[in-house]
Amino acid sequence: MRDALLSVHDFSVTYDVDPPVEAVKHVTLELRRGEILGLAGESGCGKTTLAYGVQRLLKAPAVITSGSVVFHDASGEDVEVDRLDAEQMRRFRWDKVSMVFQGAMNALNPVAPIGAQLEDVFVVHRPQMSRAERREAVAELLEIVKVGRQRARSFPHELSGGMRQRVMIAMALALRPQLMVMDEPTTALDVLVQREILRQISQLRHEFGFTVVFITHDLPLLLEISDRIAIMREGEIVELDTAERIWTNPQDDYTKTLLSSFPRLTGERGVVVR
Amino acid sequence: MTVLEFDHVTKVYSVRGAGQIKALDDVSFTLESGRTIGLVGQSGSGKSTIAKILTQLETPTSGQVRLDGQPIPRRGAGLRAYRQTLRMVFQDPFASLNPYHSIRYHLERPLRLDAVVPQAELEDEVRRLLHRVRLEPDAVIDRRPHELSGGQRQRVAIARALASRPRLLVADEPVSMLDVSLRLGVLNLLADLGRDEGLGVLYITHDLATARHFSDEILVLNQGQVVERGTADDVILRPQHPYTRELRAASPDPEKHFASLSGSHGGAR
Repeated sequence: MRDALLSVHDFSVTYDVDPPVEAVKHVTLELRRGEILGLAGESGCGKTTLAYGVQRLLKAPAVITSGSVVFHDASGEDVEVDRLDAEQMRRFRWDKVSMVFQGAMNALNPVAPIGAQLEDVFVVHRPQMSRAERREAVAELLEIVKVGRQRARSFPHELSGGMRQRVMIAMALALRPQLMVMDEPTTALDVLVQREILRQISQLRHEFGFTVVFITHDLPLLLEISDRIAIMREGEIVELDTAERIWTNPQDDYTKTLLSSFPRLTGERGVVVR
Repeated sequence: MTVLEFDHVTKVYSVRGAGQIKALDDVSFTLESGRTIGLVGQSGSGKSTIAKILTQLETPTSGQVRLDGQPIPRRGAGLRAYRQTLRMVFQDPFASLNPYHSIRYHLERPLRLDAVVPQAELEDEVRRLLHRVRLEPDAVIDRRPHELSGGQRQRVAIARALASRPRLLVADEPVSMLDVSLRLGVLNLLADLGRDEGLGVLYITHDLATARHFSDEILVLNQGQVVERGTADDVILRPQHPYTRELRAASPDPEKHFASLSGSHGGAR
């Protein structure tokens, strides 16, 4: 049994609007070091709210109404994420947990070269680094994600969708975090580019050993890449199991519904009356 | 009966700095009424150029597109009549309906413009259309798009496309923005309508799994060329062209994935 990286206990988030929306309801979850945990569910099920919530990235009217989040640092120290003050939180984010945002293709600043945007991470989190060191670190990151160091001066619009996505992954990787949260990182890409990016994520994970929370509604994709899958519905995790057991022996009715919603690429026809 | 015919169609774009780009290269196919053709390929393969030529947003550089054996009229009443024959269902049901107008308005407008039914029968026809896309007329007719779910909106968009009683439907990624549990419902609806009304459907997608289940025939496009065509099962299950194989290998396939993990017994669902 691998040890835990993140323990989420009884975590709830409410959007304090009229009427209030309970977006995440009493979620308890233990993330194991080194695994890929798939978080699946349909729009509005709370998967993004949960991922943002554990990093305290939510803004009003979202309110965390209950629960605790403990990050088990590789140094052996336990960080109670909900107890950090603003400065500690700032240091914690991106250093320990980074994120590849939903719609990452459009998350880059269109009027700054990508190299400068990557450098910003080091300016803020590694102020002791010299300019030359930062440049070198950025070049190395661009090499790692196979965009190439010569693209540091390129603007986002000069890159293809897949390359921009790689830049976002480079940014998330910059400080060598222990956890990377990926929110629909490949949804806007076509299947061939998607497959390339997935291959790269898995390769980087081998190399750097980070843990991944992969959020998507694409269950067939999750079944292939995840160690474990959590199925969310209306703010609750209705089922959490290994990918193989979710596939071969789903327990919850909603999981079964989701599974049957995807036509099989090579399996029996007959999902559709035609 | 052949409704639509693409006859050696080529479309070349001149791009400053990049020279000439062949978006479509000698593409030929025919679409019969009551049948569905799946058009698959990655971004930039030319799928959308075909849709643009069909809707007369672009004209072919060479070759011809024929409807019932006649070239597509370029202007005037002929073009209007053509547009009544061919309707689109777009990808994004959040952007393709006007937020200011009721569902009734969305469906009455094509009925009026194309004078499909007399004024007195408008209301009945709107209700009939809503019934056909399996929406409860009383529940949605006076609502605005934001009050409906994505799946309901896409059904309204389909009802709108059907209003002018077209013979061809071009559906460009009609379910990729919908929640997964709604997708099959909308695709099944399109399949039923195609069959019942004798509509020819062009289903444009990069999702091989749905293309296989909802198309009679599949055309695989790569860089403007049709690299493979055949019945849906043949193309997906027994792909011949390396590009089709590549596409298939890249598509998630849990069945194969678990079968390869567990040797002989897995994947038998």
